[in-house]
Amino acid sequence: MPWTKVLIDKSDLEDTLGKQGLRGLSYRDALREAQRQLLETDPSVFLIGEGIDDPGGVFGSTVGLHKEFPGRVMDMPIAENGLTGIAAGAAMAGMRPVFIHMRVDFLPMCMDMIVNHAAKWSYMTGGRVGVPLVIRSITGRGWGSAAQHSQALHAMFAHVPGLKIIMPASPYDAKGLMIAASEDGNPVLCFEHRWLYDFTGYVPAEKYSVPLGKGVIRREGRSVTIVALSLMVYEAVKAARELAAEGIEAEIVDPRTIKPLDEEIILSSVKKTGRLIVADTGSRTGSFASHIASLAAEKAWSDLKAPVRLVCMPDVPVPASPALENAYYRGKAEICAAARELCGI
Amino acid sequence: MRAMLRVRRFEDKIVEVYGAQDMKTPVHLSIGQEAVAAGVCLDLKKEDYVFTTHRNHGHILVKGAAMAPMVAELYGRADGCSGGKGGSMHMLDASAGCLGTSAIVGGSIPLGAGAALASLLRGDGRIAVSFFGDGASEEGLFHETLNFSALKKLPVFFVCENNGYATNSHITARQPHSDIARRAASYGIPSVSVDGNDVLAIHAAASEAAARARSGGGPSFMECSTYRWKGHVGPDCDHLKGCRPKEELDKWMERCPVKAFKEVLMKSGILTAASYDGILREIDAEIAGAWAKGRSGPMPGPEELYKDVYR
Ligand SMILES: Cc1ncc(C[n+]2csc(CCOP(=O)(O)OP(=O)(O)O)c2C)c(N)n1
Ligand SMILES: [Mg+2]
Repeated sequence: MPWTKVLIDKSDLEDTLGKQGLRGLSYRDALREAQRQLLETDPSVFLIGEGIDDPGGVFGSTVGLHKEFPGRVMDMPIAENGLTGIAAGAAMAGMRPVFIHMRVDFLPMCMDMIVNHAAKWSYMTGGRVGVPLVIRSITGRGWGSAAQHSQALHAMFAHVPGLKIIMPASPYDAKGLMIAASEDGNPVLCFEHRWLYDFTGYVPAEKYSVPLGKGVIRREGRSVTIVALSLMVYEAVKAARELAAEGIEAEIVDPRTIKPLDEEIILSSVKKTGRLIVADTGSRTGSFASHIASLAAEKAWSDLKAPVRLVCMPDVPVPASPALENAYYRGKAEICAAARELCGI
Repeated sequence: MRAMLRVRRFEDKIVEVYGAQDMKTPVHLSIGQEAVAAGVCLDLKKEDYVFTTHRNHGHILVKGAAMAPMVAELYGRADGCSGGKGGSMHMLDASAGCLGTSAIVGGSIPLGAGAALASLLRGDGRIAVSFFGDGASEEGLFHETLNFSALKKLPVFFVCENNGYATNSHITARQPHSDIARRAASYGIPSVSVDGNDVLAIHAAASEAAARARSGGGPSFMECSTYRWKGHVGPDCDHLKGCRPKEELDKWMERCPVKAFKEVLMKSGILTAASYDGILREIDAEIAGAWAKGRSGPMPGPEELYKDVYR
């Protein structure tokens, strides 16, 4: 199935898209197409964010939309918390705003309006008033982006009841989940990663949605389950190729949305492999990876043949120096090492 | 003159070397805005505090931060001013009253006021300056901090560098009127708007603000209208990307703060072509030295990654 594949190199692209005559689109273009189709088909949708109408257009994901939909793609003052409240108020009153941040790191500015207001509104009103608000934000990486421009804070928000959280890794999911998020009717946070933007994959031209709470198997295998989030999906695919040469067949599960979480797909994979590695873009303590480990401890205890291993970022802020960035980031190498250890190689 | 020129040459040097791709840190240059840093920081005492933004090089250089550790930081070295942890956006020199820099817009505003509160509580006579941009004045932090500072008569000087843009968004797309000083004045804070390319006007207002803060008169506010020549981030001019009209940039480049002050000094005979060249040579020698030193240190080792999370 073409849409389950994440495509890493040129030959991948040719095999999966070229030969089958399927349309390839980059992650950024997939997001833009999703937003364009939402704007086209739903008059209550509008986009708002700092500089989303400038020539860069949020790394290309909103380029030109302000011209196509005048008045519905809005620049804003540098006032994140207030504007989140304004977007939430508009959502309560029937609109479906998409609030866009260039960096995840700006979400803490909006903590009050996300955590105390948007997340709780449906519950506090006994389900009478919802907040159909989508908040996109992007994790940066590299070139000294450093401590205030490279964070992955999805786990922090996952802790808050009332929020839904999507982390699309492939262009197909970026489009489908973006559309589903807008149509969902609840506050949905979409965590993207800057390094995903250039990846290309199969993306149908029509408007479609990917259901929240449904994971996908990116690769089948019997030796070890790797649950990977966001950019870590690509690291896991690269790791699986290397491991295959050593006789380890990794199964890669991409939950795609972490809240709601597709527990079933994780548990049934662990049942098959008996081994679990979780790869997360966030730092270790209180990570979403550790939540998945707790899920395995609670519900897959008898299936596990080995301890669970987490591949997370270390518990330090992101450093600036390229030497320290190298030491900081975890990926394919650490996944491979964990798999070898668990499989006894 | 020297202060402004030093900042200009420092950042010109960054522009010159950035293409080599070994300065791996996003640089937000203040070329065109140097008069503000020079006019405000030159007369501050070493123990006074300065909090600034992503666009911080000029402020902390004039405040007295050592140059070589800044260069080392730009190159990610272990002997950089934050040991390679922070990079361009988080410069500091605690010994010069620069306690660290936030690249989150608005962060400098309350932190400066907090340092001023510390001085007030200790009664040690220090003052603090918060530098920030026109964009930062839109944050709730701005209003919350101004209100509290006026209430407690904190010895703080708020300096808003209004360069007309926040990234590529023009101020008219963000504010109903761009008279930021008027908003500050509504908190009862003495507030002025000055030509941000006129170093003498800035210096005069800064002296008044410092005197007020030191004598228990509380906070002051200054809005400086100015313009950045380079793009929001990086060494290039962004009009090429269609971010703003070239004519606008040309107009402001004609009003270069360094050139304008040089002319004033020359006319009055304080500066001669020869003495100007002498200053320039000295500055360039300092910069060359800082670059040689800053690029020669070792990169931090991987064990450094885990240090400094706590202290
Ligand atoms: C809270 C927050 N929101 C957004 C950003 C992204 N950002 C970085 S600089 C900047 C513009 C700031 O404009 P201004 O305050 O006028 O300062 P200038 O860059 O013009 O010096 C923006 C939006 C950020 N760093 N922090
Ligand atoms: Mg500005």
